[in-house]
Amino acid sequence: MKRLTPYLLILPGGLWLAIFLVVPMVFMASVSTQEGDTVNGFVQTFNFSIFGDVLTQYQTQFLRSVGYGLAGTAIAIALAYPVAYWIAFKGGRRKSTYLLLVLLPFFVSFVLRTVSWKFLLADDGMVLGPLKSAGLLPADFHVLQTTVAVIGGLVYNYLPFMILPIYVALERVDPRVIEAAQDLYASRRGAFTKVVLPLSLPGVFAGVLMTFVPMTSDYVNASLLGGPANTMIGNIIQTAYLQNNDYPTAAALSFMLMAAMLIGIFAYARALGTENVLEAAAR
Amino acid sequence: MSAPTVSAPQTTARPASRRRLGDRLLWIYVWLILAWLFLPIAVMIVFGFNDTQSKSNVTWQGFTLKWWGRLDEHPQLTEAVINSLQVAVVSTLIVTVIGTLLGLALGRYKFRGQGATNLVLFAAIASPELVMGASLLSLFISVAVQTGFVTVVIAHVLFSLSFVAITVRARVVGLDPSIEEAARDLGASTWVTFWRVTFPMILPGVVSGALLAFALSIDDFVITEFTSGAVHTFPLWIMGATRNGVPPQVNIIGTLIFAVGVAIAVFNAVSSRRRT
Repeated sequence: MKRLTPYLLILPGGLWLAIFLVVPMVFMASVSTQEGDTVNGFVQTFNFSIFGDVLTQYQTQFLRSVGYGLAGTAIAIALAYPVAYWIAFKGGRRKSTYLLLVLLPFFVSFVLRTVSWKFLLADDGMVLGPLKSAGLLPADFHVLQTTVAVIGGLVYNYLPFMILPIYVALERVDPRVIEAAQDLYASRRGAFTKVVLPLSLPGVFAGVLMTFVPMTSDYVNASLLGGPANTMIGNIIQTAYLQNNDYPTAAALSFMLMAAMLIGIFAYARALGTENVLEAAAR
Repeated sequence: MSAPTVSAPQTTARPASRRRLGDRLLWIYVWLILAWLFLPIAVMIVFGFNDTQSKSNVTWQGFTLKWWGRLDEHPQLTEAVINSLQVAVVSTLIVTVIGTLLGLALGRYKFRGQGATNLVLFAAIASPELVMGASLLSLFISVAVQTGFVTVVIAHVLFSLSFVAITVRARVVGLDPSIEEAARDLGASTWVTFWRVTFPMILPGVVSGALLAFALSIDDFVITEFTSGAVHTFPLWIMGATRNGVPPQVNIIGTLIFAVGVAIAVFNAVSSRRRT
């Protein structure tokens, strides 16, 4: 009985994960090799050529998504590192208050926050309107429907997921290590680049995982802040599944997105250990 | 924990004033980023008081409280908010129970398959919402299950399960096993030990896991869109409304949810400070 206890404990959760996480992936693979339409039904034809077809057809959107994800992640690292650094080393007794401030925006739905950005950045909105009427900007200047708006929205929405893991890593750096470096005549810059920065890299890696993956597969920012020229692979999948009922195409696209992501994620987790990344994620 | 004080040796130290200037600039930078994070929220709150005449609530037209009295003007919006709350309550109840059991198993026992379970939990956190939603929809289409309230709850339990399990596991790992041993030495049965000793000690982890699951559920858009069918939740309704204009009531409901969230967070922060 005692030996069975852990298995009984994981049974409900394990079943849930197996039935609704693992099994659906198999069904998605199956749907992608079907042919037909919603009226006449779908038949399993094992038409594997669909993978090559959708890849050629939506190559632009795949590449754009990866490009936006990479750009957004890089900007997020640059913006987040100084914030995490300051909270970890200079936050003093108010550390937890600052962390709370970083997290508070999450109490507003991310759709609602992105809609607010749409209003803020509208062509005659609160920011651009006054600048235009004051003659500081040309009348046809716009931010919405541009690449800048989409990447800006991605960085905005996922920045806290970069700040937190970097903070967690920096928080663990023993200040005595920095003192030791300086006792050994490292300059302030030297102590940072040779001691603090390398020790914080696991946090940066966790942050990359937690921002790059959702940014690349995001479609809300692209549909609210971008235009037809900024559609990402998520928009294609969403339209194919929910509007066109073109299930095979949608499934093939999401299957390839998943495959690319999973290979990346597991290679990454293997190199760094799932424990560390999970811990950072749970904070 | 005290703030780390970095004292550089005299030989390499820069003038103190310059160092202080650097810190000062960094401090300003942090507040600029925080201001950026809060800017759309400020807009949301302020425009709940906007005396707008048209359907769209974009330009400021003066202060009014009238929308606060007409919160239930859009029946479908009210219905969407109620749906959101119902989904969040039901999925939180389910996920708290099964997630706590999972966290207990992972934190307390060593068993075969533990590594695999950890890996699946990790995959559930790391896989993009879009992929989760798309694959769930593939399953529901294939087995001809009508999407709706039940499928949304299934999806919400799925994506918050890992977070609850990990939060509880962290608490379980931090427990001192000798306390439970003492209870057993004093003649308590396994059942009594669990309910009288173990459970009260892991309760803070269970509560924060439940709060996290509730917040994730209320906020979710992507997986919900894929699994909801004709049922609309609050974020889904907002997304649909962007085509015709978002009414001020959306801003007010957003503000109310934000206020409740802030209140819980502040209460939590204050009470945990008092405990230590």
